[in-house]
Amino acid sequence: MTITPDLIAQHQLTEGEYRKIVGILGREPTYTELGIFSVMWSEHCSYKSSRVHLKKLPTRGTLVVQGPGENAGIVDIGGGYVIAFKIESHNHPSFIEPFQGAATGVGGILRDIFTMGARPIAVLDSLRFGRLDDTKNGPRNQRILSGVVSGIAHYGNCFGVPTIGGECIFEPCYSANPLVNVFALGVCRKEEVFYAKAAGVGNPVIYVGARTGRDGIHGASMASAEFTEESKQKRPNVQVGDPFMEKLLLEACIEAMRTGAIVGIQDMGAAGLTCSTCEMGSRGEVGIEIELDRVPQRETGMTPYEIMLSESQERMLLVADKGREGEVFQVFKKWNLEAAEIGFVTGDGKLRVRHHGQVVAEIPNRELADEAPLYNRPYTVPIQARQAPGFTIPADVQSALPILLAAPDICSKRGIWEQYDYQVRTNTLTRPEQTDAAIVRIKETGASIAMSLDGNGRYCYLSPREGAQLAVAECCRNLSTVGAEPVAATNCLNFGNPERPEIMAQLVEAIEGMSDACRAFNTPITGGNVSLYNETLGEGIYPTPVIGIVGLMKTAAPVTIPFKNPGRSVILLGGPGGCDETRFGGTQYAKEIVKQLWGLPPALDLDREKRVQSAIREIVVAGLAESAHDLSDGGLAVALAECSFGPAGIGAQVDLSSDLRPEVLAFHEAPSRVLLSTANPNKVAAIAEKYGVEAPVVGITIEREIEIRQRSVTLGTWETKALKAAYDHALEKGVG
Amino acid sequence: MKFGVIVFPGSNCDHDAFYAVGHNLGQPVEYIWHDSATLGNVDAVILPGGFAYGDYLRCGAIAKFSPVMRAVRAFANSGGLVLGICNGFQILVEAGLLPGALIRNRGLKFICRELRLRAATANSPFTRAAQTDRVLRMPIAHGEGCYFADDRTLDELQAEDRIAFRYLDNPNGSLRDIAGVLNRERNVMGMMPHPERAADPLMGSTDGLAVFHSMLMSQAYPSADRTTVRA
Repeated sequence: MTITPDLIAQHQLTEGEYRKIVGILGREPTYTELGIFSVMWSEHCSYKSSRVHLKKLPTRGTLVVQGPGENAGIVDIGGGYVIAFKIESHNHPSFIEPFQGAATGVGGILRDIFTMGARPIAVLDSLRFGRLDDTKNGPRNQRILSGVVSGIAHYGNCFGVPTIGGECIFEPCYSANPLVNVFALGVCRKEEVFYAKAAGVGNPVIYVGARTGRDGIHGASMASAEFTEESKQKRPNVQVGDPFMEKLLLEACIEAMRTGAIVGIQDMGAAGLTCSTCEMGSRGEVGIEIELDRVPQRETGMTPYEIMLSESQERMLLVADKGREGEVFQVFKKWNLEAAEIGFVTGDGKLRVRHHGQVVAEIPNRELADEAPLYNRPYTVPIQARQAPGFTIPADVQSALPILLAAPDICSKRGIWEQYDYQVRTNTLTRPEQTDAAIVRIKETGASIAMSLDGNGRYCYLSPREGAQLAVAECCRNLSTVGAEPVAATNCLNFGNPERPEIMAQLVEAIEGMSDACRAFNTPITGGNVSLYNETLGEGIYPTPVIGIVGLMKTAAPVTIPFKNPGRSVILLGGPGGCDETRFGGTQYAKEIVKQLWGLPPALDLDREKRVQSAIREIVVAGLAESAHDLSDGGLAVALAECSFGPAGIGAQVDLSSDLRPEVLAFHEAPSRVLLSTANPNKVAAIAEKYGVEAPVVGITIEREIEIRQRSVTLGTWETKALKAAYDHALEKGVG
Repeated sequence: MKFGVIVFPGSNCDHDAFYAVGHNLGQPVEYIWHDSATLGNVDAVILPGGFAYGDYLRCGAIAKFSPVMRAVRAFANSGGLVLGICNGFQILVEAGLLPGALIRNRGLKFICRELRLRAATANSPFTRAAQTDRVLRMPIAHGEGCYFADDRTLDELQAEDRIAFRYLDNPNGSLRDIAGVLNRERNVMGMMPHPERAADPLMGSTDGLAVFHSMLMSQAYPSADRTTVRA
């Protein structure tokens, strides 16, 4: 086939990129080679627009065993064990086909974990959809939400990994660009980590798992373009997942790894066979030669182009020690999985692909995998929001609280997480919504791992830099509030079209903000994912960097959110905080009551945040807190209400000494604050003082009611039962 | 008491059952592979939760044909204790070792939730340590756990005192609130709630231990279990 400018454009390659390909090969590429380059050099696989800036992120730390560049990051948790974790997006496929898009998103990240030798033990999801009450798109948004949630449930439940937490946010800008970010974490012995590296000239290259079909061809390229009216025709580009096959693959891979006959292993995810072969070759600085006739195929008459670009799910590629491949085959046979020797490692550094014996592609691995064009795309300043509200903000604390508790971002997501098996593997120490961070114990070491996912598109729209910092701060605060020490992070950067300078500016500032915050909290980024072109018909999403952070703690019954007993002191660690009108514009109050977005996100002082977190960790670990909950969406009033949702419905009476306007005092979202109840206020105060943190006793827990006063003037009184009803039932109609 | 935990391809609560019996209960335990022709020298066998063979076609419909099920049937026929949990219950029903069927939950959705149930009889090797007036807390996690049978079967189960557990807050539409049933000989029980997930203080409830303690008592005092109730 002749390579025409049209064909090059169809492959989303620029003229310059094509010239680079010709330069690398010293000749015109074949059609198969053009396809191979187009997926490896797609934004999704090559990070060509973001890589220059990703280098700014901190990636090293004393506990980091493996940073970015592998299938997942690896962190030492002591006792001879490590955890492997990463977050990945599956945004584009989930819009086109919500159920399978989300399901294969889970499947993909699980393979990333177990390809490193780690058994997955936890999944969290960060989800964003259009509003369900949208008059025009509401029904479609509901369908996407239900499809995504069932897809995640279907895959995770069957595979046998607990889905234990996450977040779910609704904004009009996600209506045609839903975000599905899936985080997975696994555990293994430190000396049993496997890497995706080929080695040993002559060693066999083995293909395992599902057969290759025509599904998902060009999925990676699809994820690297904006949506248009024609995008719905891309449905065949979305793969179909089989969690049962993946479960077999997990068990077989772990068993095969134990034989000691495996040299390197990588899953086939985006860009399928292409990506796994050239990346393993490149990392090991070797060549790989494969014969496509030997690749197990689901359909007849597949072309080399189709076989190389297929994104059929549940497939792995591995390199075994020559002479010991029999041991590997035996394990896969036991698990009834197809395994085929499709090639071997060579010394020439090239990916050589044969079909019926003829060479159809021959490309140097390093240039293909690691030397995609890098773009330092022009950027200006992020989109600016109106700085001052320019209208009066209504002030009715009494009626606002139930409305906020029923708001889509704040209300209970029980209808979602009850569809997930959050307990399988019997390590989940609390159910979702009981603690600020999800916690699993590690049976092997007696330690526990806390984890949280956070992002706030509204904050980041107002200031990508501060918004990204706030996400990191909140994520760490969630961990600290359960008594865990944050140790390492993974990120998923969801943005619009980077070719627009104001969008590129959002990306650059968010990365820089995230960098600063991760340095401050000593939580290096060990891997992650960038999802760009989240735009439909020219309308982009809010810049939405999502951060996932893991923390270490001792295994014990965790401190949960609800108040346990009446008559306890209620302490607002960090104090009532301050907030002016400008910093109030990104709050849930602004969103749901004022129905506007303006100004800047809440102000963050990283040093103060760290001191507050050190204090709450020490308080929790010392067993002084009966309950603890950090302040975030909806501020103090919402946090107080959430603390009252325990089985006994214990509320509190608080009286705040502050000059803020009542609605600002009750609902502003300044960070660095934690609400706790204690029988030992003096001991709590002593710890707070040590860290120079305010810790006013703002009130006392009482039966059945919440009352908020400001200098003895009552701002609102509510029955906890009524608030809980508003919180519990709001989402019900949406999760159909 | 030596336990065997059957591992079907797609079982995913096998490790949990193994841990509960081995670690929380302190009993010897081993895995039994699905194509094994014998159960070895175990005293009791557990069919764990999961999605055996992907639950394709119908939950348990393929698993019932696996070689190990012949051994399980022979073991049950000779009086051995067989406990099926969740997917294990579905398999026992498909294999005809227990009556009835398990169909889609009333709300058509998978539900993971801790809920309240009660042992409906103390006259079985799986419930004798559970007081029937005590409320037990155990989690469920299933999409197809609605217990279904015709009226005559249900009447018979009731008359023969073969309903092992009943939900206090029926989550899935199970007829007569049935959460677990016994075979006529009372040595085979299936239940949808997960006792192995309520066997460790850290997991929030240890009420599931009642099932395993009952099995231990039955081994220590076997005679008490021979008193089958006939209608």
